[in-house]
Amino acid sequence: MTTKVIVVGGGLAGLMSAIKIAESGHKVDLFSLVPCKRSHSVCAQGGINAAVNTKGEGDSTWEHFDDTIYGGDFLANQPPVKNMIEAAPSIIYLMDRMGVTFNRTTEGFIDVRRLGGAKYSRTVFAGATTGQQLIYALDEQVRRYEDAGLVRRYEEWEFLSIVQDDEGRCRGIVVQDLKNLEVQVFPADAVIMATGGLGMIFGRSTNSTINTGSAAAGLYQQGAIYANGEFIQVHPSAIPGRDKLRLMSESIRGEGGRVWVYKDGKPWYFLEEWYPAYGNMVPRDIATRAIFKVCVDMKLGVDGENKVYLDISHLDPKEINRKLAGVVDIYEKFVGDDPRKVPMQTFPAVHYSMGGLWVDYDQMTNIPGLFAAGECEYQYHGANRLGGNSLVAAIYAGMVAGPKAIAYAEGLSKRSEDLPPSLFEAAKTREEKQNAAIFKMEGKENPYKLHQELGEWMLENVTVVRYNDRLKATDEKIQELIERYHNIGVGNGAPWGNQIVPFTRRLWPMLHLARVITLGALHRNESRGAHYKPDFPERDDENWLKTTKAGFTPDGPSFSYEPVDTAYIKPRQRRYDVAKEVTMANV
Amino acid sequence: MSKKITFIIKRCDNPQAVAYWEEFKVPYFPKMNVVAALMEIQKNPVNAKGEATTPVAWECNCLEEVCGACTMIINGTARQACSALVDNLAQPIRLAPLTKFPLVRDLVVDRQVMFSNLRKVKAWIDIDGTYDMGPGPKISQNVQEAAYELSKCMTCGCCMEACPNVNSKSKFIGPAAIAQVDLVNSHPTGAFRKEARLEALMGEGGIADCGNAQNCAKACPKEIPLTRSIAKLNRETSAYALKKLFGK
Ligand SMILES: Cc1cc2nc3c(=O)[nH]c(=O)nc-3n(C[C@H](O)[C@H](O)[C@H](O)COP(=O)(O)OP(=O)(O)OC[C@H]3O[C@@H](n4cnc5c(N)ncnc54)[C@H](O)[C@@H]3O)c2cc1C
Repeated sequence: MTTKVIVVGGGLAGLMSAIKIAESGHKVDLFSLVPCKRSHSVCAQGGINAAVNTKGEGDSTWEHFDDTIYGGDFLANQPPVKNMIEAAPSIIYLMDRMGVTFNRTTEGFIDVRRLGGAKYSRTVFAGATTGQQLIYALDEQVRRYEDAGLVRRYEEWEFLSIVQDDEGRCRGIVVQDLKNLEVQVFPADAVIMATGGLGMIFGRSTNSTINTGSAAAGLYQQGAIYANGEFIQVHPSAIPGRDKLRLMSESIRGEGGRVWVYKDGKPWYFLEEWYPAYGNMVPRDIATRAIFKVCVDMKLGVDGENKVYLDISHLDPKEINRKLAGVVDIYEKFVGDDPRKVPMQTFPAVHYSMGGLWVDYDQMTNIPGLFAAGECEYQYHGANRLGGNSLVAAIYAGMVAGPKAIAYAEGLSKRSEDLPPSLFEAAKTREEKQNAAIFKMEGKENPYKLHQELGEWMLENVTVVRYNDRLKATDEKIQELIERYHNIGVGNGAPWGNQIVPFTRRLWPMLHLARVITLGALHRNESRGAHYKPDFPERDDENWLKTTKAGFTPDGPSFSYEPVDTAYIKPRQRRYDVAKEVTMANV
Repeated sequence: MSKKITFIIKRCDNPQAVAYWEEFKVPYFPKMNVVAALMEIQKNPVNAKGEATTPVAWECNCLEEVCGACTMIINGTARQACSALVDNLAQPIRLAPLTKFPLVRDLVVDRQVMFSNLRKVKAWIDIDGTYDMGPGPKISQNVQEAAYELSKCMTCGCCMEACPNVNSKSKFIGPAAIAQVDLVNSHPTGAFRKEARLEALMGEGGIADCGNAQNCAKACPKEIPLTRSIAKLNRETSAYALKKLFGK
């Protein structure tokens, strides 16, 4: 009997899961919308965190753990976070052994820099394209296992749904080949989802265009619990654009970049004034809200617009080239100014989803046999993610999910190959019917325009500052869009190379996930991390130190709440105007 | 009336179909790039004659020139559509698919061959395993900086498009994969299997098929010194061949 595991997603989390499984001698089928090397993980600029303490600052994994829990406003379950942080240095060394071109110190050690919410330099980086370098290294390791016959890649294939047996176990997946939209079913003993983030639900964000969240959203509609959906990170600095909001990495501030606007004719470094202990290195939610206050409330944005200066013109151009070339290039290419000479102009943008598929400490969802790893799950960042923690979380979750999926599969009394073929045929037919139905849609609505409308509402009402009346109105709007969805027309293009039909398909679960995000925010009457309500400005641990769990019903999401596991660090007030208190590991 | 930008786009429904050019007029906005224009066409698939048409198929993903997906021929040059700003392009703007790869539809081509080539040359480091074994070898800043230049290759295909020796009659693996051999071979641990990669480059479609046209380095959007890697590996494969012949 052979064990067969499927991995959906070829970003950092998916590739690492696949490597772990192949390394233990088992077979993997790996699916990705795009060639793995083009996955969204390539966008990560700033770096990856680990307390390697190569600057003699006295950093430790405990400090990193405490920063992460504190930065996440105590919403994360602490045991898995602690395990991840403790594994982080060894993850860096592993990536180093795979040949990642990390920047080096004079002596040839791996160099580190500082990102927001941290008092220590613990972000390891490869120029300003760290994610790209990490994913390329993992992709080559997967290629090695492909060469050894253990991995089969299905690139430019799209996951549509899972196959569940009578007991509700996940037994495989239904997919479509994006070249011809042919539907196929693949049995498996366990499935790992590593499908990344959902920025596209907000129309434009710093995310890649394939980050629709539709895979996770579809699973939610199939019965997977979705956790902490309302926690959406808005990054303080991006270049506004019609097609995309291009991130200007936090590493810019880490290397000495300063944020300012003119006030009374003079540069005003408001982050440094308001948060003397951390200055420009406050975490993202704090910096974003400060920028909003300055631009929206005080109307002090650059040229009266929603923009602030992000300035590196005082730094040594040689150091900029060595450490920030990738980001600076993006700014030059898309804006035309040279940040070495002229301060950049940036504004906050939707960036990351802390929420995602609910998983247990083994990365398994509430559906037996279905695992999740990476940005599509909720486990490691609480209410706000620290810069540099997501790359390490994605890789670490892959390292856990791979072996746990194998262990689960080996414990099964019946393998998927023992199940009746009709189970798989039925799932395939279901999806074929769905595609056929979409091909027949000939209404007046354009799906791309409908998507744009969704994005505008979400961006306007469900990001930095949230009000209950506006959240309610947004949910009503989404329901209207759900109605109008049925009136979409997809033209009469043939299946071959068709893009509008798969896009229309993705939009449906996206709309439903948008409700989870919006209603989750509506119900949570407190402010915590990235979730901020002026009418409820304080964190309310008594009522809300809880994980939000949304389950799908035909009438909309139903919410339940689960206590947070604070096994190691007692929740304390989170503030960045003064230095963070020291905590001690309970021994 | 607001300014409109004219796009003339090469369209083709499938590999067997006959290609044709279709014109679109897209309302201008500041800092407009080719991707944003294609997105507008998706939202309003009507050609310049006012006829409803199918939306143009094209690939894109990161939109910041690190994933390589949106590569196409823009006014005769292979480049990424995301970083092609309309203000810097002669108009009308002509878009066509890459020609060195099998066509899928409109501007979409299949570049799988580039990934297969990476497998052919074994562009990975043979680590013992993913278990904890401490850090890798120390590396000097100079070596890291040289390697970083090569490691930015996003397999976009611009170098393949520019190379006269990559064509339907040749099996030439092209510049990108050769530079990746240089990258892995220059790593202290990667070098342990240097010879296997040199062997791969000496096989059919290998480095000997390079005609030294030197177009590749000029075409690379990431300014990877491709010709330098090719020259270096030319010397190394020759030396290795001699060593094999006489060495032992
Ligand atoms: C601009 C930017 C910069 C960032 N910088 C940093 C940083 O410096 N440090 C840091 O720690 N984090 C950073 N992040 C966050 C980090 O990059 C991501 O959270 C992380 O890379 C996610 O990895 P992943 O493996 O979960 O998903 P991804 O890399 O997004 O991969 C998802 C995979 O799933 C596949 N997929 C999705 N849906 C389907 C489907 N239906 N069928 C088949 N396949 C599917 C995709 O093809 C892809 O292969 C950044 C994010 C952005 C947007």
